[in-house]
Amino acid sequence: MTETNRADAAADAHGHVAVDQVVLSAELVEGASVASRDVAEYALWLGDDALIIAQQLGWWISRAPELEEDVALGNIGLDLLGHARSLLHYAGAESDRTEDDLAYWRDEPQFRSAHLFEQPNGDFAHTIARQFIAAHYLFELYTRLQASGDATLAAIAAKSVKEVDYHRDHAVQWVLRLALGTEESRRRMMTALSDLWPYVGELFADEPLIDRLEGVAVRPSSLRQAFDDAVAPVLAEAELEVPGGFVSSGGGRRGKHSENLGFILAEMQVLARAHPGASW
Amino acid sequence: MMSAPGTSEKEIWPLWEVFVRASRGISHTHVGSLHAPDAALAVRNARDLYTRRGEGVSIWVVPADAITTSDPDAKGAFFESPAGKNYRHASYYSKSEGVKHL
Repeated sequence: MTETNRADAAADAHGHVAVDQVVLSAELVEGASVASRDVAEYALWLGDDALIIAQQLGWWISRAPELEEDVALGNIGLDLLGHARSLLHYAGAESDRTEDDLAYWRDEPQFRSAHLFEQPNGDFAHTIARQFIAAHYLFELYTRLQASGDATLAAIAAKSVKEVDYHRDHAVQWVLRLALGTEESRRRMMTALSDLWPYVGELFADEPLIDRLEGVAVRPSSLRQAFDDAVAPVLAEAELEVPGGFVSSGGGRRGKHSENLGFILAEMQVLARAHPGASW
Repeated sequence: MMSAPGTSEKEIWPLWEVFVRASRGISHTHVGSLHAPDAALAVRNARDLYTRRGEGVSIWVVPADAITTSDPDAKGAFFESPAGKNYRHASYYSKSEGVKHL
């Protein structure tokens, strides 16, 4: 948001944003450096993670347990969509593609999101478990990415970290309430956590790309300890065990996905593909 | 018949009244109400519902049933008495010199 935008928003409590004119943050325009191919690929990892989970969270609007929770999940989804827009905008410049080209005109093998993000919404507990893992991972990632040698990635991280900090808090509140609520809510929270935990490992797996981005990307494996240290006290308070067992082999960063992603993309892309070039 | 918010048995979560302070030095103002299972989540829901366009710096939530209201049917007895008693307004008094911010 520029200073002018902020002043305008303060003058009018509701702002005056036209949907087709939501501008990307200034950090992406100023400097106008184009990412190298490797940096663009890394931005795709992060942008696709955010895009896929944002799309999934949108499903909850009108379906959450209460109206207030519709809005909470919708807000979180929109925050993540904002991160996805910035990251995909940056990633696309290298190949002369727009954020919309990347979101709507790629197929599953071209998506770089980790498998956690394409796991189904399931019941409310599954969505909360996915949010709990995702928000803690993203918080540690963006905290460190603020020190990236790439100015654009550092700026996006600085803006995003405050938002995922709130997402983390939202998920923690619900993990505690579901786990310590009724027998049924506890059973669902435990099932959800053990269904989602196999996808934690992939988030912290290093790929060859990371070796080529020393000082720019955050090495995923270096975030694992901070993640474990952050989730442990919450799980202890919720009287939940860290689930063991099956670990997904992942492959999302190389374009290998489960069938879930196909359904998500079909819904996300159908309108743009039916009306190429349309704006709304 | 439609019941008042927060009183229907189908509503599991209690009703909370939300007060937001727009900026430092201004008092909290009632902005609306919402449902939440407890106070901690009520503050978070209030943040999402009432401050997402930068409207506030502080939020209070109060259980709606903790608020005692005046009786809407007793409006006459409660609020009409000041009519005609314009001496209750300070406009009849002259301001002392040196009192600048009255």
